[in-house]
Amino acid sequence: MLNVKGLLEDIKASPYEEIVIAAPHTGVVEFAGIRPGDKVQGRSGTWKEKPGTVLAHLTREKNRKPLCAPEKGEVVEVHVELEGRFVEAGEPLAVIRHFLTRKEVIELILKKALSLFPAPEKAKYYFVPEIDQKLKVSGKRSVKLRDGMEVFIVSRMKRETVLPYTGPGGIIYSVYFHRGDNVDAGQPLIGVCPEDQLSLIQDVVTKVQSEWEEVE
Amino acid sequence: MDIDKRLRELAARLAYVNDVFGPKGGANHRLMNSRLGEFLDRRSAMDPDEQLRRLIQLEDLFAFLEKKLAAELTPMDLVRIVRHPQRVCLKDILENVYDNYTEIGGKDEFSIDPSMLIARAYFTRRVGERVVNQSVMVIGQEKGHGEEFRNGGSVKPWGNAKALHYMRVAETENIPVHSFVFTPGAYPIEDYPGAAQQIARNLYEMAALKVPVICVVSEGGSGGAEAVALADKRLMLSHGYYSVISPEGAAAIEAGLRLGQKAPPALADKCARLLKITAADNLRFGYVDRIVPEPALGARVQDYDFFKLLRGELIMATNEVVGAVKGMKLFRALAMRRGANREAFEVENIFMRWTLNAKARERLVLRRRRKYRAMSRKARLDGRSVLRRAWMAVQGAVWGINSFFRHDLLGKHRRRMQRVMEEIGAEAHLVRERVGRPVRSFLDRVSGRERLASDEARQRLTRLSRPEEGLCRPEGEWAYLSPKSREDRTVTCPNAETHGCRDLWAPDLYGEFAGVCDCCGHHFPMEYEWYLHNVFNYSPSREFNSEIESVNPLSYEGFGLKLEQAKKNSGRKSACVTFETEMQDVKAVVAVLTATFRGGTVGAAEGEKFILAAERAMSKRFPLIAYVHGTAGIRIHEGTHGVIQMPRCVMAVRRYIDAGGLYLVLYDTNSYAGPVASFLGCSPYQFAVRSSNIGFAGPGVILETTGLETPPHYQGAYQALARGHIHGVWDRREIGRNLYQALMTMGGRNLYYR
Repeated sequence: MLNVKGLLEDIKASPYEEIVIAAPHTGVVEFAGIRPGDKVQGRSGTWKEKPGTVLAHLTREKNRKPLCAPEKGEVVEVHVELEGRFVEAGEPLAVIRHFLTRKEVIELILKKALSLFPAPEKAKYYFVPEIDQKLKVSGKRSVKLRDGMEVFIVSRMKRETVLPYTGPGGIIYSVYFHRGDNVDAGQPLIGVCPEDQLSLIQDVVTKVQSEWEEVE
Repeated sequence: MDIDKRLRELAARLAYVNDVFGPKGGANHRLMNSRLGEFLDRRSAMDPDEQLRRLIQLEDLFAFLEKKLAAELTPMDLVRIVRHPQRVCLKDILENVYDNYTEIGGKDEFSIDPSMLIARAYFTRRVGERVVNQSVMVIGQEKGHGEEFRNGGSVKPWGNAKALHYMRVAETENIPVHSFVFTPGAYPIEDYPGAAQQIARNLYEMAALKVPVICVVSEGGSGGAEAVALADKRLMLSHGYYSVISPEGAAAIEAGLRLGQKAPPALADKCARLLKITAADNLRFGYVDRIVPEPALGARVQDYDFFKLLRGELIMATNEVVGAVKGMKLFRALAMRRGANREAFEVENIFMRWTLNAKARERLVLRRRRKYRAMSRKARLDGRSVLRRAWMAVQGAVWGINSFFRHDLLGKHRRRMQRVMEEIGAEAHLVRERVGRPVRSFLDRVSGRERLASDEARQRLTRLSRPEEGLCRPEGEWAYLSPKSREDRTVTCPNAETHGCRDLWAPDLYGEFAGVCDCCGHHFPMEYEWYLHNVFNYSPSREFNSEIESVNPLSYEGFGLKLEQAKKNSGRKSACVTFETEMQDVKAVVAVLTATFRGGTVGAAEGEKFILAAERAMSKRFPLIAYVHGTAGIRIHEGTHGVIQMPRCVMAVRRYIDAGGLYLVLYDTNSYAGPVASFLGCSPYQFAVRSSNIGFAGPGVILETTGLETPPHYQGAYQALARGHIHGVWDRREIGRNLYQALMTMGGRNLYYR
């Protein structure tokens, strides 16, 4: 059984992830004046189209390429001894400490605690009438699922087929789609958790929501 | 009550002066303010007669000071005047100038585009004892009085499409079009039908619209204005402006500002002056025919005298246009000539029916064509000597006559003969087959012989390709190699992160690969010379009109130097290269816009060269290919001399296509704004090289004007293809073949090479 509390404790003990910036290929390194303690930005913009802070430039065959920070965070280590030197691919150049956001922590916990059932194709999804009825009357936490159970109706191009649930048994923790919505392939439809862990997960998520402090 | 109303009007006038002049209003504004305040303070102590007397004094003072301020109006003040919510809008004109109207397809915000207003309206005229209603189609941008849903008169593409629809309706109903320009520019979005492409369609249609079009310009902002402004007669309100770009936009470009930064007001002021945007300037250049005078500080809703004047001007302008193409006019023509200097009410006495017969309609289009063809002569330098020009005119006439004899007169008979022979041949073939086949099969059966195709033919059809016989893409395929291919370095593909492309060695990339990433197919920009030599078989001896030179017609400060620099760096005199060529036995005229010369911007010289190329293609019956290596739009430093190239070039294209030509456009790198919204976007066959961008305005301008963020590759070639703006995306290495294929399969009547 997954120890959700323990997992949260682990995350709390080190509320960040360390990203090692390594040389993607050989070349001469030229740092962009970063020092340990500097704050850097990750990709930004609506479509993540703006690159992050430039950390260094790598020049190979007269081709100078920027190396940008992949996530927002703080520089903890810079291998300044490599400045102006030729490095091999994979050589670590700097380390960035990226502090986890509230959303990332919840995602991390749910990813481990829940089993997500993704949509197999782009279509409209409905619950089968019995489950739909049950969901409406007694709420989503009342529906128990087991492997192979017929749960969804897939509606696409006026063709409707039944889709059975596959995965570990449990109860529906969250529903990620609305009736009649078009869901893209690969998007999660429902998250299922083991019955005995339900209250625990709920507690942890509420706790994270209210107490997690995001480091700027 | 009356006094209250008049006081409110005075307060509005005061606010107006403050908005237009700001701190510049200074002493005048303070005086107006204090006198009005004084009056309001003491009003309760005065009896009604005293109040009225003082009020009249106050009104006189206001009128006097307004006149005084009007004498110092700068071009930027005019911009503020036309954008002011108190300025007359199209609805006011419909209410006060016409005698009756019905708005079509919209009521306030319930319209496909509230910033485009269409109405059927009429003038009621007394002719002797009779009362006559003269109908017109009113089309124009509606700014409203500051309503948000009007977008300040920025018309969305579908608004312009609606305008086009009703221009066609007017043509069907044979009534004149009165178009009103009240726009700071078009709303720059790419959704179908597309800002640029729809303006191009409008221009293309208006170039040969067979009804009189009278245009009144109040705020003429570049492309958005052109969408309804191609007219037989252009009137301009005296406080209006007509410009290639808003002064703020020009200032932002001049100052090299980045997104979101505002240009300093002083710089915008200076740009407004340099761009020569006023009515007087445009009249001097010949881009408007007449100025309609407005009250001291511009026309506002209550200026009823102005509406009366405008009514007279509109009737007179329509009469003039109709009179110029109509047969029977006699005294009325004489009266009209004199009427130009007369009071507006005299104009009402001249009645002319505004419907035209078929011949008059033809004459109308011809006159419109001539009018625009003659424009902007002084805005370019024609380096050709008088003799040479005369010789070229003679040459053109000879080609025309030659083509007429060869293709029209003799060609017609030859084609008829060919058709007859073809028919006879087909009959004979059928008879031969019917009679011959049984005989042949009988003979084969008797001799036991099987009819087989030759070995070679079978081989050719069935064998697999053999790489050992040579490379699929032979080395040395390209006649011209980019100088970039001589650098020993590697280049990174912009898609490397998403597609995992390896770094490319420059000699490979720019040499053998023709600037195409071998992994993802991204096209790196190449020089236009690459296309000239590898696609269009360019030869300097077949280039024509290279002597036509871009100049600085507005004496725009600092631009002369930049132009000289561009000429020196590129070795060319303008951004347009026109030449004749022969590609696989197909002769064609090619016009190239080169991005290296001032960003491929189009000015008077480029426009003229393009028109001359279209005329040459027409008289020689050649296809016309426009290859756009890149264009940033209309050259802003040439002001309206640049903007006017949009209708001018479209007319040349329309004439060429109507005469049966094939006009094909190929976009490369980045093509934006004016040219796309006119003579490029109106082509029925537009193609783009992969990785090119085609659009109306860049992402920065879109964000600035609409507040919408655009996703990456918003204006990419494939996006343009998906939106229906272009009709195909070509690989650079295949352009030669695709072009030939296109020439063989597309186009008009005059393609004698097939």
